[in-house]
Amino acid sequence: MTTLTKTEDAPNPTGSDAFLSVRDLRVQFSTEDGIVKAVDGLSFDVERGKTLGIVGESGSGKSVTNLTILGLHSTQTTSIDGEIVLDGKELITAGEKEMEKIRGNKAAMIFQDPLTALSPYYTVGRQIAEPYMKHTGASKKEARQRAIEMLAKVGIPQPQTRVDDYPHQFSGGMRQRAMIAMALVCDPDLLIADEPTTALDVTVQAQILDLLKDLQQEFGSAIIFITHDLGVISDMADDLLVMYSGRAVERGTVREVLRNPQHPYTWGLLSSMPRLGGDTAQALTPIPGSPPSLLNPPSGCPFHPRCTFTGEVTGNRCAEERPTLGVGRASACHLTAEQKQTIFIDKIQPRLR
Amino acid sequence: MSDNLTLPEQQGATGTSVETLLEVEGLTKHFPIYGGFPIKRKVGAVQAVDGVDLTVGVGESVGLVGESGCGKSTTGRLITRLLEPTGGKISYAGQDITHASRRQLAPVRSEIQMIFQDPYSSLNPRQTVGTIIKSPMEVNGINPEGGREKKVRELLELVGLNPEHYNRFPHEFSGGQRQRIGVARALALNPKLIVADEPVSALDVSIQAQVVNLLQKVQEEMGIAFLFIAHDLAVVRHFSQRVAVMYLGKVVEVGDRDSIYNRPRHPYTHALLSAVPEVAVDDEADDKERIRLAGDVPSPIHPPSGCRFRTRCWKAQDKCASEEPPLIQLSGNREGHLTACHFPEDPTTEPRAEDVVMDPALKALEDGETEEPAAKTAGD
Repeated sequence: MTTLTKTEDAPNPTGSDAFLSVRDLRVQFSTEDGIVKAVDGLSFDVERGKTLGIVGESGSGKSVTNLTILGLHSTQTTSIDGEIVLDGKELITAGEKEMEKIRGNKAAMIFQDPLTALSPYYTVGRQIAEPYMKHTGASKKEARQRAIEMLAKVGIPQPQTRVDDYPHQFSGGMRQRAMIAMALVCDPDLLIADEPTTALDVTVQAQILDLLKDLQQEFGSAIIFITHDLGVISDMADDLLVMYSGRAVERGTVREVLRNPQHPYTWGLLSSMPRLGGDTAQALTPIPGSPPSLLNPPSGCPFHPRCTFTGEVTGNRCAEERPTLGVGRASACHLTAEQKQTIFIDKIQPRLR
Repeated sequence: MSDNLTLPEQQGATGTSVETLLEVEGLTKHFPIYGGFPIKRKVGAVQAVDGVDLTVGVGESVGLVGESGCGKSTTGRLITRLLEPTGGKISYAGQDITHASRRQLAPVRSEIQMIFQDPYSSLNPRQTVGTIIKSPMEVNGINPEGGREKKVRELLELVGLNPEHYNRFPHEFSGGQRQRIGVARALALNPKLIVADEPVSALDVSIQAQVVNLLQKVQEEMGIAFLFIAHDLAVVRHFSQRVAVMYLGKVVEVGDRDSIYNRPRHPYTHALLSAVPEVAVDDEADDKERIRLAGDVPSPIHPPSGCRFRTRCWKAQDKCASEEPPLIQLSGNREGHLTACHFPEDPTTEPRAEDVVMDPALKALEDGETEEPAAKTAGD
């Protein structure tokens, strides 16, 4: 192990009103090939009514983090360290009974692929009604009424009849709407949306994203929005966390991170994406190499083997010392703030035209 | 945005002067649906592709965009003759190959190659990389100078892989590297046309750019024509000189890149462009019209009559249901910019005075609390 510095000791990096706070979370899976460090020292806060976006490539640990928050991991093969506090309640040590009370009630989740997340065996209406009955003790009839109401709210035409349909009778966009209805049925305070629109077409994606935004205003839930698409995040989130190899590498408001990014990985992501208004004569600048294995992550900064700016840092710090992520607006990189600013303005910004 | 001022890379910006390599007219593919018991009869057809017209010039890159189920992949497979067309005509280099037999096709096959979407299922896990890339040459009996193995090593180097990986198996490579193997295989026969079916959509963002750059290098250096099929409008814009937009089995708009992305006329093209989520790196990016359609694409088994987009279109009138709009050049459009619409939109993507919101749930939510979302999109 290299020098492991505590990511944060400050109780609250963003403010006082954190509804969910995650501190120094470590999630490890033991597999046949060794221990996979899926999440390695992650801290963040989500405020009520705000949206936190988490971006990262596949394998960066963004989904695992959120499965852990809801306690959806397999307890036998997973070891978890750190602290997850939801509305004053510690979740890592909470028992299964307590988690059941929270799941679907206080915190709910929207999954990526609605076809696999919905059961083919039950009608859509029943699947929406189930958590409502369980958590509020409502009767079957009331729950059905509530399911119809929710379906209408998310824009399913003829909800009275569609409530008795099975998921296969719904189209992709409608299934995702039904998932949203299911997640919102108990009026949760925290909604975790794990790539909710990745499986959808762009025009449908636009509808669903706007729907989520409008529903958030109505329900006032906090949302954790996980995606690999920076465009979607730019549209949806208030705050942004960029993850790489199980760690947060950059944090700030969406505006700060996307308009004035400070981490080489974020630079790489932004300049490797073609944009609709971009200059087509300019070649894309990909990030060299490929994402690291989580079985055997690189020493020091996990991004250093792919980083083009390691030469600017004195000595061999990038390979030896793990950079820390400060409090508030911060990036985990050994470059000095001045260097970051000059590199961004001189080398990166011109590419983003 | 004035063209031609930047780099000489855009060979004939409007793509009109280029010699035609592939010409597709009225291409149709209906997949039959069988049902009934005990004797199964044809009870209907999925009209996957229904009258597509398309041309690809020599060395030109044409993008084909549309949502899932619009028939873009089927079109690609028809052109490579992996599927038998139901109707229409495909001519390659002046030769009609619509229903050409295996023997007639043999010389053409080597000139039209394909790159597939999923680099995990399109490579045989039991074969080494060398065997995979070599097999098109073996099948076509091609013996390059210096032997096939040497050629394979050259190809590996060309696509940015280590020639020493000749004897490795696909599972030893990452997704991006596998897609490079797919590209090397497509290049093995020196093709004149490559049909790339969503070549980067299975890859991570940072890897996508590597493969897009590789394809661009191949296209420019070797003068290969590309039919680039993708759903990502930004990638298509980056890669293609001309773009065709498909909806439910038909091309609704086709034209040079600038016309399609900056002066679209078809409402569907407007809706697509407005739906693309964009990273706001500066304030400009917010200046975009907002159109939110209702529902999903209708089923291609019973497509709407007349204009197929009319069921989701905000401008639809009776004429749209009764009469199918022809794909024609509207007045004011550049040459080669064709649109199939009775009531075309203005050629701009600037924000409108009022957003188009067709979705009933969104509308209800937004009308209830009008001030916030409306002010946000219209105000700045």
